[in-house]
Amino acid sequence: MSTATASQASASTAKKSGGFTGKAANYLDERTSISGAVKEFGRKVFPDHWSFLLGEVALFSFVVILLTGSFLTFFFQASMAEVHYDGSYVPLKGVEMSIAMASTLDISFDIRGGLLVRQMHHWAALLFVASIGLHMLRVFFTGAFRKPRELNWVIGFVLFILAMAEGFTGYSLPDDVLSGNGLRIIDGIIKGIPLVGTWISFLLFGGEFPGTAIVGRLYTLHILLLPAILVLFLALHLVFVIVHKHTQYAGPGRTEKNVVGFPILPVYAAKAGGFFFIVFGVIALIASFFTINPIWNYGPYDPSPVSAGTQPDWYIGFADGALRLVPPHWEFVLFDRTWSFNILAPLIIIGIFIVLVLIYPFIEAWITGDKREHHILDRPRNAPTRTAIGAAGVTFYAAMWAAASSDLIATHFHLTMEGVIHALQAMLILGPFVAYFITKRVCLALQKKDREIALHGFESGRIVRLPGGEFIEVHEPLDEYERWRLVSFESHAPVILRPNAEGKITNKARLRSALSRWFFEDRIAPATKKELESGHDGH
Amino acid sequence: MAHDDNSGAELAAAASSDHGPENNVSTGTAVVANDAVENPGFPPHRQRVTDLNPKKERTAERTVYTLFYLSIIGSVWAIAAYMLFPIEPENLLSVRLNNLFIGVGVALALLGIGIGAVHWAKALMADHETIDERHPVRGTDETRARAVEIFETANEESGFGRRTLIRNSLLGALVAFPLPAVVLFRGLAPEGQDPVALLNETAWEAGTRLARDPSGVPIKASDVTLGSAFHVIPEGLSEMDHMLEEKAKAIVLLMRLKPEDLNEREDRKGWSYDGIVAYSKVCTHVGCPVALYEQQTHHLLCPCHQSQFDVTNHCAVIFGPAARPLPQLPIAVDDEGYLIAQSDFQEAVGPSFWERH
Repeated sequence: MSTATASQASASTAKKSGGFTGKAANYLDERTSISGAVKEFGRKVFPDHWSFLLGEVALFSFVVILLTGSFLTFFFQASMAEVHYDGSYVPLKGVEMSIAMASTLDISFDIRGGLLVRQMHHWAALLFVASIGLHMLRVFFTGAFRKPRELNWVIGFVLFILAMAEGFTGYSLPDDVLSGNGLRIIDGIIKGIPLVGTWISFLLFGGEFPGTAIVGRLYTLHILLLPAILVLFLALHLVFVIVHKHTQYAGPGRTEKNVVGFPILPVYAAKAGGFFFIVFGVIALIASFFTINPIWNYGPYDPSPVSAGTQPDWYIGFADGALRLVPPHWEFVLFDRTWSFNILAPLIIIGIFIVLVLIYPFIEAWITGDKREHHILDRPRNAPTRTAIGAAGVTFYAAMWAAASSDLIATHFHLTMEGVIHALQAMLILGPFVAYFITKRVCLALQKKDREIALHGFESGRIVRLPGGEFIEVHEPLDEYERWRLVSFESHAPVILRPNAEGKITNKARLRSALSRWFFEDRIAPATKKELESGHDGH
Repeated sequence: MAHDDNSGAELAAAASSDHGPENNVSTGTAVVANDAVENPGFPPHRQRVTDLNPKKERTAERTVYTLFYLSIIGSVWAIAAYMLFPIEPENLLSVRLNNLFIGVGVALALLGIGIGAVHWAKALMADHETIDERHPVRGTDETRARAVEIFETANEESGFGRRTLIRNSLLGALVAFPLPAVVLFRGLAPEGQDPVALLNETAWEAGTRLARDPSGVPIKASDVTLGSAFHVIPEGLSEMDHMLEEKAKAIVLLMRLKPEDLNEREDRKGWSYDGIVAYSKVCTHVGCPVALYEQQTHHLLCPCHQSQFDVTNHCAVIFGPAARPLPQLPIAVDDEGYLIAQSDFQEAVGPSFWERH
């Protein structure tokens, strides 16, 4: 392709041209063979779309987290030894607290710019998890997880879990009242696990809760182990993006066999590089204007006090909310042992939910039996059942998430706490069905509308009176490029249940057939060439 | 360089060109229409105003370098702000100003570069979209055959498949070797302690005075007026080893109700004193402090997950995810009129655990 020749040309000019740059390039290439990488990747094409930026936001906020986090490690001391605070923050002067808390206060009140970096770190962390979540939704609803990207979905999913783990371990480090209560809840959850819970808690906390070990241990996880795994998976994730080449939305000229967009050098590098600075700058701007996690208002951890309206950081909310939605008395003593289903039920339900998200690409691939590679993204409406399942999942998550603020919802809107919980319990169970049904119907309606527009054009708003006195609105036909967006998709037909070679119908085949009927029974086929032609004749 | 003038015909040719096994792959349930609408190819390229109007181009150029200069100003300002707005000891406003002005400078420095670079790319750099061809992700048949061959040769040369005793013993060794590392983690918690025994006892003993949290001042029965609630710790807690661990289990809420409001069970009749009752403050759900007392309804509320306990009914659960009532601390009054514990709690306090019964 001419792209390749162009990059070869640029590489060779770099070698030939004199001057310092040329000599430096030559020196480097003779020792690293770097020109090969430039040739391979220098003009690699990336398609453009705003939704592709979500993953970039995640990547860039992670870089900001690494930078700001490294700065913080120079000042933070992860020790739970008790000291009397003697820093600049007057209300806490003389108060007994752990060194972890005291050093966090020193970062905030005694080191110039320390509060800024601390707040940037926290805001960037919130943005990191949020952008991963949105990125996953984009990938899900556009079907970007289909072959060959199923494994990258799994890797991305692991990154999401790691990001939440990083968030939680970091949140727990300052050893203030809020984070201490968070750990207390974790301790309570772990103790509820049958057989091993008591011992896991005992080992984790190095004895009884709270002990003097947990902050140091979480610190090791937070700055060493988890980031190392995270960077590894992130690198894998990006390698796969390069191997697969980025997906693109359907559009005129775009096919399953090409990628259309801007080359890395110069446009994509400038845009993505610039975008990194924009993300960084926005985080800095937020951190300079808005306080986050004011631990000085909460005070050092003490098992006794707690304030009303306690909440975890938003991304742990779904788990906290799930705990709140359990009805009373879900605990039994059986075989002389305590079975805490008020803890196990949320754990199991969240576990099933997470596993379903993880394996969804494989489920869908099995149902469709489609073994082709897919690089053109689906518009969500063109995969109505998938989109409806996604909406159901979002609703399920949202119910749990809202429950984490049940008390604040109740006080803010002057509702009863019990009423809010009961409403959210109903939403948890019924909400996904309602969301599924509505979304599916909306998708099908949108598809019908698309078909209508592709066949008959759009309503121009121009009313014409015919010689016979009849009024009609003139429909303007689409041009072929606009039309292509509306017709370039494939619909699926349900599998027909047939006996296999041995003349048997296996249960597996039955299941697949049933699932495929569920997925594809209601379908709108894209307008075909013939229909387009006759469509024009008819109107 | 310009690829966007590719015609649809070329694309169709590319689409039908042989991509090896990809063409024979199952399409599954997808309906592949024979007379699907054809891809019309790229739409005609539309030039930007900066391409058409040299004035606009110069404006864009000015905007970009102005942004970069602004970024430099932002960086300089951030350094200046570091010195101009130092943190003065015990002055909160100085912290705020330091944070704000360094932050604004840094943000300007970053956003200047970012917005400038993006604007440069969008308005001035060539805006011809280019095309990369995709190839199937799988290796070519040749490569795959060679990979299989390499594995076969390796198997042949090493005897991995043939010498099963060697192979299996190696697998066993590989499974076993990480186990010592797992065992080492026993050292995470102190030895010679039984977590179950520890969870079953607290710092309360017969005769321990009830003291205010956090001051540690003992409480007289006469101090507890009707309708009041006290946060309570055992007297002498602050001198104990493992103060926080003991406190995490020993915190108690003390309330005085009208004696006739209490529906006391026969076996617990002697656990209260003249309408004064003491209950563990550690939630039986996951262990948050049940810190909120509603005086009118005599309900206790855990702020973490909204479990509610009815003080008049031995703190039975009336709402929320908790399952068990809060354990009651039997109390009495000593000779000097101070409230004391009759004994430790009669059951383990705090969240449930497997061995609890």
